[in-house]
Amino acid sequence: MRTRFKNDMGYSDVTPKSAWLNRRDLLKGAGGASIAASLAGIADGAVLEASKSIYSTDEDPNDLEDITSYNNFYEFGTGKGDPARYAGELTTKPWSVVVDGMVGRPGTYAYEDIVSGVALEERIYRLRCVEAWSMVVPWIGFELSELLKRVEPSPGAKFVAFETLVRPEEMRGQKSSFVLEWPYREGLRLDEAMNPLAILAVGLYGEEMPNQNGAPIRLVVPWKYGFKSIKSIVRITLTDFQPPTTWNMQAPGEYGFYSNVNPNVDHPRWSQASERRVGSGLFARRMETRMFNGYEEYVAELYGDMDLRANY
Amino acid sequence: MGAAQRINGVLRKIPSWPIYILGPIPGLWVFWLAIQDRLGADPLQVLEHSLGERALQLLVLTLLVTPVRRLTGVSFLKFRRAVGLVAFIYVVGHLLTWLVLDRQLDLAEIWKEIVLRPYITIGMVGFLAMVPLAVTSNNLSIRKMGAAAWSKLHRLAYLAAFAGAAHYLLLVKSWPTEPIVYAAVVVALLAIRAWWAARRRIARRRAA
Repeated sequence: MRTRFKNDMGYSDVTPKSAWLNRRDLLKGAGGASIAASLAGIADGAVLEASKSIYSTDEDPNDLEDITSYNNFYEFGTGKGDPARYAGELTTKPWSVVVDGMVGRPGTYAYEDIVSGVALEERIYRLRCVEAWSMVVPWIGFELSELLKRVEPSPGAKFVAFETLVRPEEMRGQKSSFVLEWPYREGLRLDEAMNPLAILAVGLYGEEMPNQNGAPIRLVVPWKYGFKSIKSIVRITLTDFQPPTTWNMQAPGEYGFYSNVNPNVDHPRWSQASERRVGSGLFARRMETRMFNGYEEYVAELYGDMDLRANY
Repeated sequence: MGAAQRINGVLRKIPSWPIYILGPIPGLWVFWLAIQDRLGADPLQVLEHSLGERALQLLVLTLLVTPVRRLTGVSFLKFRRAVGLVAFIYVVGHLLTWLVLDRQLDLAEIWKEIVLRPYITIGMVGFLAMVPLAVTSNNLSIRKMGAAAWSKLHRLAYLAAFAGAAHYLLLVKSWPTEPIVYAAVVVALLAIRAWWAARRRIARRRAA
């Protein structure tokens, strides 16, 4: 039984806001103030109350500027800076999520309905991208299992499928179906989805989720490569078959359904043995990548003696 | 006097040596910004990518010289050596960034990457193809080798550009626009030469 340590203090209570907005510029002094001011727009979302979690890492989180300016969110373009530039065009209110498939209580759930009555927690997780870089992000969210229990999965349900919004007029990357096939799709085995590490995140750094990070609600599965953590979710479907997933459809030999972080199984085109922690400057040392991104103790049992090389 | 000749008259008066000084400045500027940590969350990626992309752009420019001259009569030939050498400087910078800052001189890992990863292998092929070009980019070499042999050797530029474009295309996820555009441009510039060569061969056969 884990204990929830209650704490109603936010980042602004313990750390001056300018410090977590952009640490690098703060260190440099002069230039910091203006950049922090320009970031204020991003960080003006509603403050979210969240308790601390035993699942949080004690590593230093990346600052807000890194987290909100270095994104893979192809719905807004393939460049790392495209989401920060264009995600502002997306309307996230109103928002609802369709829950269907093998559940006792299917329906269209309004965002407010989903979030009311759940216990928001801060989860400071490592994020390991399949491109061999990583970050540390202080997400705010709740366990995916809370939502799943609420919609009552049928006994035969074995997988959970997720879909991202398709709205090309506000998500300019979707105007081309050449890059990826829309909607973006992801999926988990039901037992993976029920793991306490799997969360639906609705914010970060104590405030509402910035659009470029997958507003208003996104999955975070920290033991898997980042692309599994699908953003801006509009549909959750329970199935008894392994659902198709976007990157697997795009390049089946490179991106498997599981896509667990694994330093021993290379991507066919690059090594996964080590990673670069972004935000630590030009001369930062590479870090060894850890099995299941360092979450082995929580998730290894999900895979038993499964061949992780075959099920990459 | 035609427009092309007038332009050539102007170009003749412009010296090529400033290219050696001005050419590397954008790369040095990016390196400076990277050291200052002013390139966002991942300065290494920006530096590595920008040096590589600049090298590819300059290689494309060198391959444009001949088609432009044949199609319009305007000749940038006197600038080609300088542009090619600056391209080589960018390739060396790109490679050093990868070796020293990205792979951090882990020689075993570097060798594994070169052998194992096709995009790295092909990138190295492109670099190696440029070495003899850089070494022989002087008038003394042309005199010593003879113009015909020198020209033949410098067809390695085609391999270098092709390798550069393929290197870029092979390393990206999905199909972003830029590497596809570079690959298309390089393939077009090589195809036009292949076509000219084929026509020359046919003409020679007819003459014989």
